[in-house]
Amino acid sequence: MTTMTIAKAINEGLRATLAANPKSLLMGEDIGPLGGVYRVTDGLIGEFGPDRVVDTPLAESGIIGTAIGLALRGYSPVCEIQFDGFVFPGFNQITTQLAKMHARSNGSLTVPVVIRIPYGGGIGSVEHHSESPEALFAHTAGLRIITPSNPHDAYWMVQQAVQCQDPVIIFEPKRRYWLKGDVDVQAPGPAEDPFKAHVLREGTDATVVAYGPLVPVALAAANAAEEDGRSVEVIDLRSISPIDFDTVTASVKKTGRLIVAHEAPTFGGIGGEIAARISERAFHSLESPVIRVGGFHMPYPVAKVEEDYLPDIDRILEALDRALSY
Amino acid sequence: MGTHLPSTEFDGTAVDDQREADAEAVMGEPPAQMVQLLGPDGKLGADPVFSEYADKLTPEDLRGLYADMAAIRRFDVEATALQRQGQLALWVPLTGQEAAQIGSGRASQPQDYIFPTYREHGVALTRNVDLAELLRQFRGVSNGGWNPKDTNFHLYTLVLAAQTLHAVGYAMGIQRDQKLAASDRAGRQPDAAVIAYFGDGASSEGDVHESMVFASSYKAPVVFFCQNNHWAISVPTNVQTRVPLSNRAKGYGFPGIRVDGNDVVAVHAVTEWALEHARQGKGPVLIEAFTYRVGAHTTADDPTKYRHSDEEDAWRAKDPLARLEKYLRAEGLADDAYFAKVKSDGDELAAYVRRTAHDLENPDIRTAFANVYAEAHPLVAEELAWFEEYSAGFAGEEESAGQAAKAGH
Repeated sequence: MTTMTIAKAINEGLRATLAANPKSLLMGEDIGPLGGVYRVTDGLIGEFGPDRVVDTPLAESGIIGTAIGLALRGYSPVCEIQFDGFVFPGFNQITTQLAKMHARSNGSLTVPVVIRIPYGGGIGSVEHHSESPEALFAHTAGLRIITPSNPHDAYWMVQQAVQCQDPVIIFEPKRRYWLKGDVDVQAPGPAEDPFKAHVLREGTDATVVAYGPLVPVALAAANAAEEDGRSVEVIDLRSISPIDFDTVTASVKKTGRLIVAHEAPTFGGIGGEIAARISERAFHSLESPVIRVGGFHMPYPVAKVEEDYLPDIDRILEALDRALSY
Repeated sequence: MGTHLPSTEFDGTAVDDQREADAEAVMGEPPAQMVQLLGPDGKLGADPVFSEYADKLTPEDLRGLYADMAAIRRFDVEATALQRQGQLALWVPLTGQEAAQIGSGRASQPQDYIFPTYREHGVALTRNVDLAELLRQFRGVSNGGWNPKDTNFHLYTLVLAAQTLHAVGYAMGIQRDQKLAASDRAGRQPDAAVIAYFGDGASSEGDVHESMVFASSYKAPVVFFCQNNHWAISVPTNVQTRVPLSNRAKGYGFPGIRVDGNDVVAVHAVTEWALEHARQGKGPVLIEAFTYRVGAHTTADDPTKYRHSDEEDAWRAKDPLARLEKYLRAEGLADDAYFAKVKSDGDELAAYVRRTAHDLENPDIRTAFANVYAEAHPLVAEELAWFEEYSAGFAGEEESAGQAAKAGH
């Protein structure tokens, strides 16, 4: 076991990928000598050269579109989008081309492109640097979306994403880039399916589902609730598309109550999808409505008020109070 | 004294002096520097660079170019008729653009990869795509219809200009393949290049700009082939650009050539030169084929609402087939018997396409379920299972309805 941050774990995962697969390459703006604005690709251009770690022009559609072409030629590109809010110039290529190429070719073409997007708030930055647009991509069939919440997952998930024959978007929780944890870099391979949810904490009174940056918040809320005598189960969703509804359903059948927490606005978000599905799957087990904890229906607010916007421990505990009041 | 601006490495390529004159040429008569070898009168001219390429064409090659152009025009007429008869949901005619497509497609090598837009039926012919397969998309039985790996002819792309970036990425892959193969003599492949087709309308899309920036930055072996057919549905070229589109290449730092798109000999020569340039590692080239869409944008379009018939007549006088026929006859390279054979071959092709289009089977939606993802996906599996169960619920009804019909109820 080696202790490292999430950023370092992704860096090591990319290094392992580049070393193992001569047809893998990284593409993105500033990912070369600078090592990315978050230094996630630090040192890789020195080891693998500029053909494998490609500093691209500043053009998101160009990055995604050329990655599609490289994938059609048999390469495995890993694209870095600098910030969540900057993915939209590439939205067309992702949703109309990347997601649909396999289907429209009746399965004869695969485009195993990986797109890494640092996402979420809590870093006190300026506009377009703190958004959570995952639902916009999850709504598009043909894409897979995962989000690690700890260094172990970060290290393995990026390698698994590259090996997947489908396009995969990795939403990286940027405010957790410096979160440390143990990673077994010596293991022969990942032990877990990247598209399966993890039950991080067992409980009997309610289930809290979270992913990415809110996983530590959900765990802290569960610990606080325990002091009040409430037993809360916490699930790290890990995969946003597909969603592991089996794990969530099994938990709700045990606890009877479900709270879904994410930073993205609740309206039209992943929480609504989970609430609807669980209502269908476990209606007779539910003791209360599924409650969503998320962002408001507004553009991500300025940094000085983002604490009022971001779901925190108290917002999850308030939702827990409501769920338990039924 | 004013401050001197720093010079650029592209000194001498400024277009400002020519700007107004060139802008006039966007819609009207082409500028003098446009490459033309075979004029509307059927006479072959000379060009200091491209005649060398044209001279390589044998009489058999020239007859082949004519036969291809005639075949694809006949196919176009048949597909238009199929749409009018309700056999196709939509058709995208190419009449007028045969030389641009056949000339460029025939200049490519089998190892080259082609990214078409959605009107490149002629290029498809040159890449040996079964033309009946082309109709799958327009009949609504597929979003593709052929396997690009068989012919190195990619699927049609309906989102304008998206494929220009795919072309550049593919070309970047060729560059990397060459480096990987350099250390493996046994794995050496012939040098390859990519052609990205797009139209004058698509040239306004941001992806064309980004694709040219990437291609130039990495010196990718890609030929951008813009068919300037003068109309983006109803919006004319002078709303897309104030300078000839080929001039834009200068801004990216690679050659741009305007060629008479109705001159199949010149198009072939220019494209062959450009592909060689790309394959030799010298970087991208932009070709603007100056041509005209004689018919509608699609069968849903009505050009009488936005342009005059005299414009169409003027371009018909520059017809790409007529001028090559004049040349072949004048040089004694083809006679009445040859042209009669070309016509009967075209009718045979049309009959084949008609017959095959009728026989294209409707797909089963299960194939759509099967191809959303390359790997197993639980949501797709769950929805397919629901669909199967739901469908099974009607099995009894269909059976009893069938029995009722047989019983004459």
